[in-house]
Order: sequence, then C-alpha cells, then structure tokens
Amino acid sequence: MTITVQIPTPLRRLTSGSARVTCAAANLDELFSALDQQFPDLKPHLRDEAGQMRRFLNVYVNEEDIRFLGGNAYAFRDGDEVLLVPSIAGG
Amino acid sequence: MPQYELRCRECGKSWGNQPRSICDDCFSPLEVSYDYDALRSQVTREQIAQGPPSMWRYSGLLPLPENFQPSLPTGFTPLFRAPRLAEQLGAKNLYIKNDAVCLPTLSFKDRVVAVALAQAREFGFEVVSCSSTGNLANSVAAQAARNGFRSWIFIPADLEPAKIIGTQVFGAKLVRISGSYDQVNRLCSQIADEHQWGFVNVNLRPYYAEGSKTVGFEIAEQLGWRLPDNVVVPMAGGSLITKIKKAFDELITLGLVDAKPVRFFGAQATGCSPISTAVKAGNAEIDPQKPATIARSLAIGNPADGHYAIKTIKANGGWAEDISDPEIVESIQLLAETEGIFTETAGGVTVGCARKLYRQDRILPDETTVLCITGNGLKTTDVLTGKYEAEEPIPPKIAEFDKYLERILDIDVPEAVEA
Repeated sequence: MTITVQIPTPLRRLTSGSARVTCAAANLDELFSALDQQFPDLKPHLRDEAGQMRRFLNVYVNEEDIRFLGGNAYAFRDGDEVLLVPSIAGG
Repeated sequence: MPQYELRCRECGKSWGNQPRSICDDCFSPLEVSYDYDALRSQVTREQIAQGPPSMWRYSGLLPLPENFQPSLPTGFTPLFRAPRLAEQLGAKNLYIKNDAVCLPTLSFKDRVVAVALAQAREFGFEVVSCSSTGNLANSVAAQAARNGFRSWIFIPADLEPAKIIGTQVFGAKLVRISGSYDQVNRLCSQIADEHQWGFVNVNLRPYYAEGSKTVGFEIAEQLGWRLPDNVVVPMAGGSLITKIKKAFDELITLGLVDAKPVRFFGAQATGCSPISTAVKAGNAEIDPQKPATIARSLAIGNPADGHYAIKTIKANGGWAEDISDPEIVESIQLLAETEGIFTETAGGVTVGCARKLYRQDRILPDETTVLCITGNGLKTTDVLTGKYEAEEPIPPKIAEFDKYLERILDIDVPEAVEA
C-alpha cells in the first residue's frame, strides 16, 4: 500500500525538509515503523518512551480522524493521504 | 526580564516567548510559567484592589508585554447570589459568575482574546485569526477592529446567524467551512503552518488560554478573597476549567487566599460529551465524538485540553455531567425566569448539569457553589423558536384589552367606573 504523509513544519527539519513523504504501510503501526526507518530522528517526536503514539498528536486519513476509522485497526488503502496534526485549542 | 515564559507541559523544555503552541520535541502543548517568587512581593490584594474594574487589575498574573496599554475594560463581570435558582435546584449557597455581560462581545472569550492580541502586537502580527464555534469569532473580530488588526475568521458553515453577523459587522474576513469545528480546527493548524498570521488559538494559544484565569481570580476576589467549595464550568475544548484551577492554585501559591481543595465539575451537552463520557467511564483519555447538539459553542468532539480537564476534575473529587438538547433549552428558560439572566446554550448546559449534580448529591446544598455562565442568550435565540406563541395583536382600546384578558385568563374583568 503506498500512502502519502504530510509532515507538519516543525518536524520537517527531521525529514530533510520534505513536506510530503511516501511510505508503504498497511496500518498505523507499519506507517510509524516505515517513518522510523526512513527518518530515525523523527521517532521520539511521534512516540513516547513506551512506544505509544504521542498523546497530543492527531492522525487524519483523507481528512478523517483515524480514531473514527478504527485507529490501529484501520487498513490503509492505496493512495491514502495521511496528516499529522498537533491538538489545538477550543474556540 | 519578563517574568513569564513558555514551557512544555509534559517534558518541561523552555521555549522563551514566541508565537508557538507546541513543543517540537514531544508535540505536547506549551504553557506559560511564571517566576512566582518574584511575583509574591509584587502582587498583593491591595495592589489588585487599586487596579481598574476589569480583568486588567490582575495584569501582574498575566503574560502581558511590558508597557502594555489595554484598549477595553474587559472582564470583572458580576458575581452574585442566585437565591431563586437555588430554590429550584435544592441549593442554599449558589452563585452565578455572569460572563454573559463580558465586554466587548458578551462572552468569556473576550478575556482570552484580549491577552492573545496583546501578544500578537508584541510579535508584530498584522493579521489575527482563529477557528471558532462562534463566540471566539465575535471577540477576535471586534477586538481586532478596536486594536487596528485585520482579521480572518474560520467557522463551521452551520453556525447560528447571530454569531455570523456578529463577526462580519466588525469588518472581519469570514471563511465558512463546510464541516465540523474539529475539521475547521485541523484546517487552521495547516493554515497557521503556511501563513504568518497570529492565530489566537493556534500559535498564540498558550498566551490566549491564560486570559481564562481571570474568571478564577475574579471569583476568589468577589467572594471576599476566599475560594468556593465547588465550581461548575461548561466544557468545549476543556481549557477554561483547567485555567480556573490554575488561577486558584496561583492565588494559594502567592498567599492571596487560604488553600482549599476546590472541586471542579464539568458540564457538556450529551450530543457532544467526550470529556464527561471519559470521566464517567474512569478514563484518563478522550475518545473523540462527532458532535450533534444545539450547544454549538461547546460542539468540539476532539477537545485539545480534554486530558487536562479530566485531571482537573479528578484532582479533588469533582465530576462531569451532560444533558440533552431539550434540557438545555429548559435550563436557559429556568435561569432567565429565576434570575433574569438570558444565557446562550452553553449556559443552559451549565445550569442543567448543576441541577443534575445537586440531585445526585455530588454537590451539597450548603456548599458554596459557583456556576460559570459564559455566554449571552441573544446570540442563540434560534433555539427558543416555537417556545413562545406569537400573540395576535389587539386594537389599542381598553375594551379590547379587557376582552383579551377575559379570553386568556378566563376571568371576568370588573367594569370600568365612569369618572
């Protein structure tokens, strides 16, 4: 499965400036592992010491929060667009 | 030397003062931290009492640039006893903190925007912006006009008409997004990434959120420099409830009030209740929801401060409740009929949840309890449509009025005596 991940500005310094990264992954775990391999410095920013996804990081697939799609159980489809977005405040 | 700076709430890394809300290292939110040892000698009850009758009397406890000159008397809204509402709820010691009359746009958001724009000027932004469920939109637009900023406001397309007009009238550029607030919010975090704008609830968020503390400072001062037993607070993103707690904790740290384990009660609409659902289930984390409620100002399904709101509620044995849309409307009417306050849907949520909490004996009648009313009913009159019959007009004649009275009261009106 080839998917595209949009990297938010603060993390681009860890992806050699790339704003969009392509990965092959079947689910969220595989996506993180693929990102870890491509960009080893990125890992501690996305996962905590226990390997869990950071609490304040939100993952969107084609503009839908991945938690509504089943979270870790969601199976990526070819061409999925993934967004990594930090939580922001109320309004 | 400024006596405040941004620090990561989780890893503690210091980020100085800059337009930034996220720690690059761990993606956690930044929080303004203060040098309380320095503040202890500067901020006293007497010094505060000499300040203006606005939130600026607490300037020493806010992240404001040096030589900041406020342009509006925001905050210091009334706190008063609510005996008639108390009787209805089975309470004896009930207070209302009434931000339905906060200036300039009749919601507590005026407080946070005032602080955010102070920093927007300091950082050199010419455009200020926000994603909003309505009240924030109104406040950013108005205060931008007042302070000479241009403003870009992003809202979900289905907001109440009064909140849309109440934004456009200030000359703001209003962008309606066909989606929920959470989607607008996500878009804005991407826009903030690309444009050099001061987004009050994105890159200015740590400063912005500090404005909410003034609700807590005022409650304590207006109660005669003591803390209440309980506070009931409506929750959308979950920030306000945590900031009222921060305010109380700071007053204790600075020796301005006696320490007390205040209990915090969060209020939500059942149709958007990610925080109250987590509290009731004993979870420390939020499961996001797709909002479906008339309380649009609280319709945030993925509350950024949900985790901290849960912590605040659990700290001293508080609780969270939620009520249905019909209960929200009924509670708006109850507050209006008992205390003469016309609040918006969020205020209905607070009153209705408080009623539940008294019934559950989670709040006891004699305890000093403050309900936070955060917005004005004139902005959400649409939810009362159909609640009151449109009366048929009658001719301007006393005989017609007597007939009218007979008709509606079903009583005989005494004949008028000829003079």
